[in-house]
Amino acid sequence: MEAQEDLVPTVVIEPPSVLRWRTMLAVPLAAAFALSLHIFIARNEPPLEAHSYRLLFVQVVGVSIVLALLRRFSPRLRKWMANMWPIFTAAIVTLAVWDVITVGLRILPLPYFPGPSAVLRSLINDRFLLLDSTWHSLALLVSGYTLGVIAGLISGVCIGWSPSIRYWGMPILKVVGPIPATAWIPLALVLSPSAVVSSAVLIALAVWFPVTMLTASGISNTRASYLDVARTLGAGPGYLIFRVAIPAAAPNIFIGLFMGLGASFLTLVVAESVGVKSGLGWYVSWAQGWAEYGKVFAALIIMAAFFSTIMTLLFKIRDRLLVWQKGVIKW
Amino acid sequence: MVAVSEVDPAALVVRNVEKSFPAPETPLSRRQVLDNISFSLAPGELVSLIGPSGCGKSTLLRLIAGLDSTDEGDLLVGPEPITAPNAERGLVFQDPNLFPWLTVRRNIESGLVARGLLHEKKNEVDEFMRLVGLETFANVYPHHLSGGMAQRAALARALINHPKVLLLDEPLGALDAFTRMRMQDEVLRLWQARRTTMLLVTHDIDEAIYMSDRIMIMTPRPGRIERTIEVTLNRPRQRDSADFLRLRSDILNFLHFAGTK
Ligand SMILES: Nc1ncnc2c1ncn2[C@@H]1O[C@H](COP(=O)(O)OP(=O)(O)OP(=O)(O)O)[C@@H](O)[C@H]1O
Ligand SMILES: [Mg+2]
Repeated sequence: MEAQEDLVPTVVIEPPSVLRWRTMLAVPLAAAFALSLHIFIARNEPPLEAHSYRLLFVQVVGVSIVLALLRRFSPRLRKWMANMWPIFTAAIVTLAVWDVITVGLRILPLPYFPGPSAVLRSLINDRFLLLDSTWHSLALLVSGYTLGVIAGLISGVCIGWSPSIRYWGMPILKVVGPIPATAWIPLALVLSPSAVVSSAVLIALAVWFPVTMLTASGISNTRASYLDVARTLGAGPGYLIFRVAIPAAAPNIFIGLFMGLGASFLTLVVAESVGVKSGLGWYVSWAQGWAEYGKVFAALIIMAAFFSTIMTLLFKIRDRLLVWQKGVIKW
Repeated sequence: MVAVSEVDPAALVVRNVEKSFPAPETPLSRRQVLDNISFSLAPGELVSLIGPSGCGKSTLLRLIAGLDSTDEGDLLVGPEPITAPNAERGLVFQDPNLFPWLTVRRNIESGLVARGLLHEKKNEVDEFMRLVGLETFANVYPHHLSGGMAQRAALARALINHPKVLLLDEPLGALDAFTRMRMQDEVLRLWQARRTTMLLVTHDIDEAIYMSDRIMIMTPRPGRIERTIEVTLNRPRQRDSADFLRLRSDILNFLHFAGTK
């Protein structure tokens, strides 16, 4: 049937998951190598110092061997390993190189650049405080981001849809929007009794600008023919805005949401290091104050994981909501 | 033709309609696009509108749909003047314009959703999907559809509102010759099944003769209806019958004549 053929190109045929021996052995070999390198480099250090770092590699070797044995039972596991193992290997090699540069050759000045084993130790020793800081950062980020997104969507839709709101709103947006939210910090701290509240507002402000901008341009660029079709189908303003203009603008809106997310990370960290007395940003500057650079790096690692998890989450949401664009979007 | 009486049972009355647009080359002057257009459609009639590119066919359809307003003249559906778009007058464009963010089924439903009638008329959706042969594609997004399938979905989307008048602006213009002929039969089948009044804009003289009860020929600058031809051939029509071909050469001659005047 003609009808069936049209669907064929959309069926993606995955290549069979081949997991080469080379790939499979790379992880345990790299881990064993990094471990022995570390033992050699750190032969003069007290053994307790690097205990957990060594244990980590022993575990990596163990787990990768177990997975290698389990691989024949699960094609999904094979595929995942084939996909991830090169990255893991590179990560382990990076740790080893870091170890050599800092502890081994002392190229980078101590104590500003501790080795990976010291960072891991800080990470483990301070885990409760780090967890608590992450939690505070998350709460602040989510409240600020949500507030900014809601405000941005509302103002963006209004500016994009109504020419008279655009006339008055655009100049405000153009003048206020480009000011980095962090520039308001001195004012915000004076204005609000609570540093947490003012930081949430600042994050919201940072998010609001790109979300408004991109939403407004997406809405006002809705293809006129979609609106015409909807009108001839009997659509009123509610349908035109919420079921035509907003879905049509969704790809643009998501660009705004991503830009806003980036801006919110920046504002969060700055606000926490100058005003708020909790969170990862605060932790970093606090640890720096005590010259505990192992903790600084530990917090940076947590931050990287934290931010990239949130970013990934937003990508997942986008992929779900924009399935209809599948094959069209490339970012 | 001009004096249409008030008791006329016409489905659509167009009376002395004029429309001009600002001329792009000279800012303050306006260019007349439609000049004194008058005609009416009887209920259940299928009338074609043919004419060279730029003579104002789409402009006329947009006026009837209520997407633009006339400078002068009246547009009436029954006794009601046309002031705004309404589900009573469906419009299908050359480009199917399916909403890409909705599946085929949701596209076809959209007229019902827009009017808040989805709940009542849910079962009609299946009926219309069957009518246009897309029931197996209910949950597919439009960018997976071929041109013909997308146009069928657009037709179903317009028909589900049971419009009194269906305006078709070169709906088959983008299709290849074979799909096009099949779709012509398909539109005729829908027309016969539902007895919807249709106004079909086309560039294709064969299509006009094959499908319509009447053909209106427009000439450009400014757009006027120069001639109206009744097509009395029996249905289903033979594209190669002597009468068909005679009518065809008549129209071609007329257009040639009109073009060199
Ligand atoms: N919104 C507008 N503003 C200015 N001029 C317009 C507008 N819409 C149409 N026109 C002009 O009106 C004339 C008629 O356009 P229209 O689209 O109705 O032609 P058409 O008969 O549908 O042509 P085609 O067969 O190519 O679709 C054209 O010269 C066009 O430039
Ligand atoms: Mg046209």
